Amino acid sequence: MFKFLFKRLLVLVPVFFGVTLVAFGFIRALPGDPVEVLAGERGVTPERHAELMAQLGFDKPMWQQYLSYVGDVLQGDLGTSLITNRPVVEEFFELFPATAELGLCAILFAILLGIPAGIIAAVKRGSFVDQGIMSLSLVGYSMPIFWWGLLLIILFSNTLNLTPVSGRLSFLFDVEPVTGFMLVDTLLSDEEGSFWNALHHLVLPSVVLGTIPLAVIARQTRSAMLEVLSEDYVRTAKAKGLSPVRVIAVHALRNAMITVITVIGLQVAVLLAGAILTETIFGWPGIGKWIIFSVFSRDYFAVQGGLLLIAVSVMAVNLIVDLLYGLINPRILH
Amino acid sequence: MALLDICNLSVEFATAHGALKAVDGVDLKLDEGEIVAIVGESGSGKSVAMLALMGLLPWTAKVTADRMLFDGQDLLTMSAKQRRKIIGKDISMIFQEPMTSLNPCFSVGHQISEVLAQHFGGSRRSHKARTIELLQQVGIPAAETRLKAYPHQLSGGMCQRVMIAMMIACQPKLLIADEPTTALDVTIQAQILELLVELQQANGMALVLITHDMAVVAETADRVVVQYAGQQVEQRAVKDLFENPRHPYTQALLRALPEHSQGELLNAIPGVVPGQLDRPVGCLFNPRCEHVQEHCRQTPPTRNEDILCHYPLPLAGQKP
Repeated sequence: MFKFLFKRLLVLVPVFFGVTLVAFGFIRALPGDPVEVLAGERGVTPERHAELMAQLGFDKPMWQQYLSYVGDVLQGDLGTSLITNRPVVEEFFELFPATAELGLCAILFAILLGIPAGIIAAVKRGSFVDQGIMSLSLVGYSMPIFWWGLLLIILFSNTLNLTPVSGRLSFLFDVEPVTGFMLVDTLLSDEEGSFWNALHHLVLPSVVLGTIPLAVIARQTRSAMLEVLSEDYVRTAKAKGLSPVRVIAVHALRNAMITVITVIGLQVAVLLAGAILTETIFGWPGIGKWIIFSVFSRDYFAVQGGLLLIAVSVMAVNLIVDLLYGLINPRILH
Repeated sequence: MALLDICNLSVEFATAHGALKAVDGVDLKLDEGEIVAIVGESGSGKSVAMLALMGLLPWTAKVTADRMLFDGQDLLTMSAKQRRKIIGKDISMIFQEPMTSLNPCFSVGHQISEVLAQHFGGSRRSHKARTIELLQQVGIPAAETRLKAYPHQLSGGMCQRVMIAMMIACQPKLLIADEPTTALDVTIQAQILELLVELQQANGMALVLITHDMAVVAETADRVVVQYAGQQVEQRAVKDLFENPRHPYTQALLRALPEHSQGELLNAIPGVVPGQLDRPVGCLFNPRCEHVQEHCRQTPPTRNEDILCHYPLPLAGQKP
């Protein structure tokens, strides 16, 4: 187990350096710089521009800037935002729980619906149910996130008046942030009804963000189950006199999960990309919105740091997935 | 009363080219403690007939029979739920590929105790002692430490032993072994067969042995059923059959044994078992039969004295 974990961690080292390089290069490849953006329409004289750039350290050669950036990162310093003048880490972790909460609910929605749908489709292979589920999943996969989000807002918020249009919590409630996860914080607070309110706010964004992963998970579960259901050991399980539910849910599903888990891990990256759009549509105060704003204001340090932290969280999730994979598939660990 | 009484069992598969008759009118009667071997080339419907008995065929298969009684109970009319109480408990089956027939995700102990928990109730844990006993019974050394082993950590022979332990766990009255040694090394084959016969005698269960290996048949079985292209062509006591085969196919099969070869070449049977699309008119064996007559090419034979042939070979000492 530890050897397995150590190997996985070792692989992350080159990935980490790759990410710092991309994050560093990407924002500098964009035209414009922070001084220009800060100066706005009034503009700034070339002398003053050069002076300010030198003050921020952007006059040095690229490789020097990169080395000092990596050096700082290794010491745990992601720099200070050029716009708000606050440490990037602080800003990030203030907003991250909102995105994490949304992402977690979205992936839960996708898993809880996608896996059963995939199993049913596989077991009822070729039936109308199977064709229905697979057509729906294709629609879900092809649906542009922003359009899907707007459709749901029109139906559920405007027409049916069931859910709020945006935000995380109604202004009527005053909930103290403890964990940053609104569902937890509202439970901890003594504001009555605030939990339900937070839940109402969370439903639509979670559905919107979870739709593509849901479609992918359902399809993957179906194909993995189809493969597994024709295996000899499934026949053995039936020959033992086990009930169909046990044969499918225990003997077949455990094997099918090996591939499904991998796909779920990969979906987390898709989820974070989707979060940027979803947060914008639903006015969700998370990382997605923040990073977009930082890109537009050429806030080099915020973008570098933000991308790096997002990448690290994706790596962490995939590490957990790898460990789960080892737990499910004994051929890895034993 | 016979333990197993199957009459006129047929299995059809719906395929894109119409119905495929994999098993065609098979009869099988089996007494308690009896060993019957089913022999025949690949594609002769041996496994399918037994899978039909177990109820393990996919839904594309249509199983029909005049009678299918096990221990006095009618398997044809009982519900799937009732049948699952018998399957794995009173009738169980061992398969050809031990490595793929065990679930790779569960430990050996889990898979054996699961069957005990299913049929005798209780938790899997409560059957630990019996599981160890079973592993010892099938000759697995250090049984207690093997409980936590996964199938990929065991050799093919060991996997087959585990499979056997799993399938005799509930002391079945009937064990079906579907080519249990085909996928194993020659040295292991003898051990596994020996084990099966040993267990059969110790538990007094009936054994159906599906095999290609005539030597195995001669050594172990009481009675032999010969199948060809889904049909049952001959059914006799082992000694009679080996001394005096009456169906031309049986004769050809026996002649194909290495010990009967003359010179360097084995006596092969020319041609192959007919498939779905090239079934001959008349007797199904007629294109490959060396005793074929015009009548055989026109009319399908009916079974007479358990032999499916217009012109059975004569009994020893009798004139044709």
